[in-house]
Amino acid sequence: MKNAAFVYSQEQQTYKFSSDHPFNQKRLDLTFDLLTKSDAINPEDIIAPRMATDEELLLIHEKDYIEAVKLAGKGELKTSIATNYGIGTDDTPMFANMHEAASLLVGGTLTAVDLVMQGKYLHACNLSGGLHHGFKGRASGFCIYNDSSIAIEYMRKNYNARVLYVDTDAHHGDGVQWAFYDNDDVCTLSIHETGRFLFPGTGNVNERGSGKGYGYSVNIPVDPFTEDESWLDAYRKSLREVAEFFKPDVIITQNGADSHFFDPLTHLCSTMEIYRQIPKLAHEIAHEFCGGKWIAVGGGGYDIWRVVPRAWSLVWLEMSDNQIGTGLIPEAWLAKWQKESPVQLSETWEDIPPVYPEIPRKKEITEKNFLTVEKALSHIRNEVAKKKAQLVEE
Amino acid sequence: MIVEQIMKQNIIKIKISTTIKEAIDLMDKNRIRHLPVVNQNDELIGIISDRDLRDAKPSIFDTEEHLEYLSNTVSEIMISDVITAHPLDFVEDVSSLFYEHHIGCLPIEEGGKFVGIISETDVLHTLVQLVGAHQPSSQIEVLVENVAGMLAEIAIIIKKRNVNIISVLVYPAKEIGYKVLVFRIQSMDPRGVISDIEKEGYKILWPNLPEMTK
Repeated sequence: MKNAAFVYSQEQQTYKFSSDHPFNQKRLDLTFDLLTKSDAINPEDIIAPRMATDEELLLIHEKDYIEAVKLAGKGELKTSIATNYGIGTDDTPMFANMHEAASLLVGGTLTAVDLVMQGKYLHACNLSGGLHHGFKGRASGFCIYNDSSIAIEYMRKNYNARVLYVDTDAHHGDGVQWAFYDNDDVCTLSIHETGRFLFPGTGNVNERGSGKGYGYSVNIPVDPFTEDESWLDAYRKSLREVAEFFKPDVIITQNGADSHFFDPLTHLCSTMEIYRQIPKLAHEIAHEFCGGKWIAVGGGGYDIWRVVPRAWSLVWLEMSDNQIGTGLIPEAWLAKWQKESPVQLSETWEDIPPVYPEIPRKKEITEKNFLTVEKALSHIRNEVAKKKAQLVEE
Repeated sequence: MIVEQIMKQNIIKIKISTTIKEAIDLMDKNRIRHLPVVNQNDELIGIISDRDLRDAKPSIFDTEEHLEYLSNTVSEIMISDVITAHPLDFVEDVSSLFYEHHIGCLPIEEGGKFVGIISETDVLHTLVQLVGAHQPSSQIEVLVENVAGMLAEIAIIIKKRNVNIISVLVYPAKEIGYKVLVFRIQSMDPRGVISDIEKEGYKILWPNLPEMTK
C-alpha cells in the first residue's frame, strides 16, 4: 500500500464564478507550485480527478436541483427560478458549464475516497473539495454540490463505513451537518467562528443532532478574535474525545484555511501555527482509530497569496510524512508569484510575530471558548460516564 | 406576527371533575406544565400549573401518607381568575404579559371559547426566529441617527447590490440620539455591502473594530 495520494488536475480551475469573486481556485495552483518547488510532491503521487456521475450526485442532491444547475451552466435557467435554488446570487453566480465544473470537484473527492477505501493508499487529499455549504436542493455560500456529503454517503453505501467528518473551516459546516443530522453512523465535528456574527449563522453548541443521530453533531462556535492557543485547545480536546466516543472507520477532514488573521471574510486571529497542528492531530487520530484511513479536502480560504498555499501545503506535507515546511519558503516560488501578488508574500513557512496588534480581550475570549468547549462535549462526556458506570455494575 | 400564528391548538384540556392524580399523570405523560380547565361548552373556567399540583400533592418524604390528597379534584386548586389573550393580539404585545404577571402560559379565547394556548417557550422560540437567521446569512450592524427614514436609507443601499435581507432589528445605541440597525443579509461575503454603506457616510459597528482593521 502506498502512503499518500494528491488528487489534482488543471481542470479543477474551471470552477470559477468570476475574476473578482473571493472563491478563487488559483490557490490550488499556488499550492501545487509551492509543493513542486519544495520538491515535496512525487509525480506518481498525483492522481487526476474523475467526474462524479449524476447517480453519485443524487446520493445527496435532489434531481430538480441538479437539472437546474445543468440549465444554468448552459445559460438556459430563468433568473426567477434560479433564485429558488440559490444560484445566480451574489455568492453563487451562474457560469458556463457550472455543472461539469462542480461535478469534477465532487469526483475528485470520490477519487480520493476510492483510493483510500480500496486500500491502494493510506491517505489521500483533494484540496479542490470541501464545499460544505451545499444543501440537498440549494446552492449556498460559494458551494454548488457538496462533495463531502456525497463522499460520506458514498462511503456508507459502498464501504459500510462509520465516518467521522472534521470541519476546521472558519464557517460552520452546515451543509454536511444537516445532511447527516439524524444519522448515528456519521459524526460531524465543526469548529468555527460563532454564527452570531459570521455566515451561515448556524453551528451553535445545542445543535447536537436529532433522533438516533442525537449526540453525533458536535459544534464548537468560537468567539471572533480567537487566537491560536485557544483555538488549538478546542481542537485538540474535541477531536480526541469525539474520536474516542464515536470510534470511526475513516476520517474525512475539511481544511478550510480562513481562520487566519489575514483572511478578509472572517474575524478569527489564528496564525500559520494552527495549520501545522490541524493535519498533525488528524493524522495521529487516523492511525490510532481508523488504521490510517484519512481523506482530506480543502474548503474556504480567501487570502490566496499569504495563507492558503502554505496552509494547504502543510496538509500534504503532514500526510506524506515530509518534514520540510519549516524555515524559508523556496525562493523560486516567491520570485514567480510576488510579481502577481497584491500583497507581500511570506518568506517563511511560519508566521513571525507580531502578525497583528494585541487583542484587547484575549483573556475573556479564551475563557468563553473554554466554556463553549465544555458545553459542546458535555453530552459525550455524560454518555462515556454512563457507560463506565454500567461496566462497573456488571 | 399575531398570536394565532404561533399558538398551539391541539391542547390537552381537563374538566373540573378531573382528580389531582389524573392531572399529574397527564402532565408527566405529555411533558407539559399547564392544563386548562374547561366546561362542556369549551369555555375556560380555570387553569392549573405544575406548581399548583406540586403544592397540592404530598411531600416526597411522605411516600405512604396523605395519598388521599391525590383524589381531590382540580376544582379545589385551580386558578379561576385567568389572564387570557385573543388570536389576533400581537405576539410582541402579549409577550409583555408574561413578564408583567410572572406567568408561564397564556390561554387564548375567541368568542368566549377556549381555542389555544401559548407558553413562554413558544414566545422565546418565536423571538429567536424573529431575530435570528434560519437561512444562511451574515450580520452587519450600522449606527444611525435616530431620525425618520434611516432604515429605508440603508435598505436601499443593500438593495442596489441585489442582496436579500433575512432579518432586521432596531435597538437604541449607547449614544443618545442614535440607533443601531442590525441586518442579517443572505451573503457569505458582505464586504461589498459594507463598503457601500461606509461610502454613504454611515458607521459600521460590526464587522469593524478600530484596532483590528485589516
